[in-house]
Amino acid sequence: MVARSVTPDVAQGLRRSPKRFGDTLFRGLSTGSGVAILALLAAVAAFLVGMSIPALTADAADLPFGEFWSYVAPYAFGTLWAAALAMVFAVPLAIGIALFLTHYAHKRVRQVFGYIIDLLAAVPSVVFGLWGINVLAPLMRPFYVWLHEYLGWIPLFAGPVSGTGRTILTVAMVLAVMVLPIITAMCREVFSQTPRLHEEAALALGATRWEMIRTAVLPYGMPGIVSGCMLGLGRALGETMAVAMVLSPAAVINVHLITSSNPNTIASNIALSFPEAYQLGVNQLIATGLVLFVITLAVNVTARWVIARRSEFSGAN
Amino acid sequence: MPASLPSLHVPVNPLTAGQLPRFTQPALLVVSVVIIAALSSLVGLGHPATIAAGGALLFLVASFLLSAEVEGVRRAKDRLAAHLVTGAFLLALTPLVSLAWETLSKGLARFDFRFFAHSMRNVIGEGGGAAHAIWGTLIITGMATLFSVPIGLLSAIYLVEYGGRHRLASAIRFFVDVMTGIPSIVAGLFAYTLFSLFLGPGTKVGVAGAVALTILMIPTVVRSTEEMLRLVPGELREASYALGVPKWRTILRVVLPTSLAGIITGVVLAIARIIGETAPLLVTAGITSSLNANPFSEPMATLPVFVYYQYVTPGIPQDPYIARAWAGALTLILIVMLLNLVGRLIAWKFAPKPGR
Repeated sequence: MVARSVTPDVAQGLRRSPKRFGDTLFRGLSTGSGVAILALLAAVAAFLVGMSIPALTADAADLPFGEFWSYVAPYAFGTLWAAALAMVFAVPLAIGIALFLTHYAHKRVRQVFGYIIDLLAAVPSVVFGLWGINVLAPLMRPFYVWLHEYLGWIPLFAGPVSGTGRTILTVAMVLAVMVLPIITAMCREVFSQTPRLHEEAALALGATRWEMIRTAVLPYGMPGIVSGCMLGLGRALGETMAVAMVLSPAAVINVHLITSSNPNTIASNIALSFPEAYQLGVNQLIATGLVLFVITLAVNVTARWVIARRSEFSGAN
Repeated sequence: MPASLPSLHVPVNPLTAGQLPRFTQPALLVVSVVIIAALSSLVGLGHPATIAAGGALLFLVASFLLSAEVEGVRRAKDRLAAHLVTGAFLLALTPLVSLAWETLSKGLARFDFRFFAHSMRNVIGEGGGAAHAIWGTLIITGMATLFSVPIGLLSAIYLVEYGGRHRLASAIRFFVDVMTGIPSIVAGLFAYTLFSLFLGPGTKVGVAGAVALTILMIPTVVRSTEEMLRLVPGELREASYALGVPKWRTILRVVLPTSLAGIITGVVLAIARIIGETAPLLVTAGITSSLNANPFSEPMATLPVFVYYQYVTPGIPQDPYIARAWAGALTLILIVMLLNLVGRLIAWKFAPKPGR
């Protein structure tokens, strides 16, 4: 009874406590940094758009690389094509590795090799570039010759075979190695979160380990696999140096995997042409960068949307 | 089994009946590889990679057929899946091993005192080193860390302590995620345009590189810090409030010290991620052959860009340039590995022990 009459007073007293300067300052600082990040991202978009406009509106005759859209088309195609090929190699491998580490390997193996696969993500892209030129390209060349000899009637393996092995197929393999750790990390995360009861229920019904994985682990992890792939795709689309170093480039649109005239990617083209570009050429290259930005943004937003949708119902499972 | 009927054959263990003995799989693998090796030496295709791939393929098929015959199709599929998954893992290790071996064997030639003590000033052909590039990398990465850690840390504090489910907080969270996916070359282009606006077109300075790297580093710092702050138990904060400590002091004195190890680990791993970035530095900081310790004027060499240019634009004779490129690559990998190791060591050393 007494308490009831006292409570409003106490609440009143608390509400009237003085605003502390430290609190206001700290709150302002941290909110400000959050807003600064948003402003930074907006600035990135604004600057790219602002610098691209001269190239987009200029007369085609004034542009050092010719009409913009026909200039960017082969590179946009090359970007998507190389990334798609890389995903063909990387996705099955990454799912396999993640399954091995979560459901097949011994605990100690899991920890050590999980760390080693993560290290792969930290290897700088120039090093991958060096490795691609010096090891992978010469290694793959005899295989390309063989492919062309026996499967040359398929347009993918049409000739003439590159003399150096620095083809888009080699690039795709290097990219696959680079995005592998990203996809693997995401898949490992969701596979290891599979509810224990689902797995045990499958095993108790007499499923083999593979049947358990197919019926319990993979369906549960599907959204995670998808979003991991999207993140990997985002990295593959934006990768610059490894492509710039390994590929023997051309401004063509074709699907030949093993010739020496390969469609270059946007990022790699910027890196190769930027040091010598001037005036409108710079604007034009930045405009291609804007195209790349839009492509990766779309991929990433889709990935985040898939992840967000999953997190809504994962708690109930 | 009635005792009156004498059994003529070896008694069958009912628990292992219908199963392949344990030694079958390794034996099958060896046999497959030997068969493929023999076949390919007959045809004249003796490359170890071909033999390994062919042997593995033959093993997969043979093991599946044998298992399907003895154990049934379901067990055979199970075995096939296990082999494929293990194979995927081993296949993914080969590039790592090959890369490490290649970098070590080619990089050690010039991994000497001279490489770390000299720049490329007035060097043509042999000699010279990457001292200028190493300094440049340290300066630019250091500046990027200085820019991004305060912003990242404070934003994470906002997200965890103040933001909650506010619309601004979810917007920041979403766009930080989006920022993770910005291609590094695009970040470089942004920094380039920013500085050419202020300092005239074509400007290449170290600080522009630092800004580009900051854009790449902020999202990593925010995400890892946010995760660490979330791990701090709410009871700790409430205990502090109950003692009358203001919120900002609670954050500074209770929340941050509790999660400090995790935050440092996150920052170190973020540094490890950006220290090998090449493309943004190529367009912002450029390359030079002598030491430039001033990030506000003149181009600045960095280790990844140094490696790139030594390799793609070698002089004559080529060999010393390529040897320097590999030595630079080895240095980069060692730095990244060291940072990773340090980060994990901090996390492991200061991780709250259960039951304390």
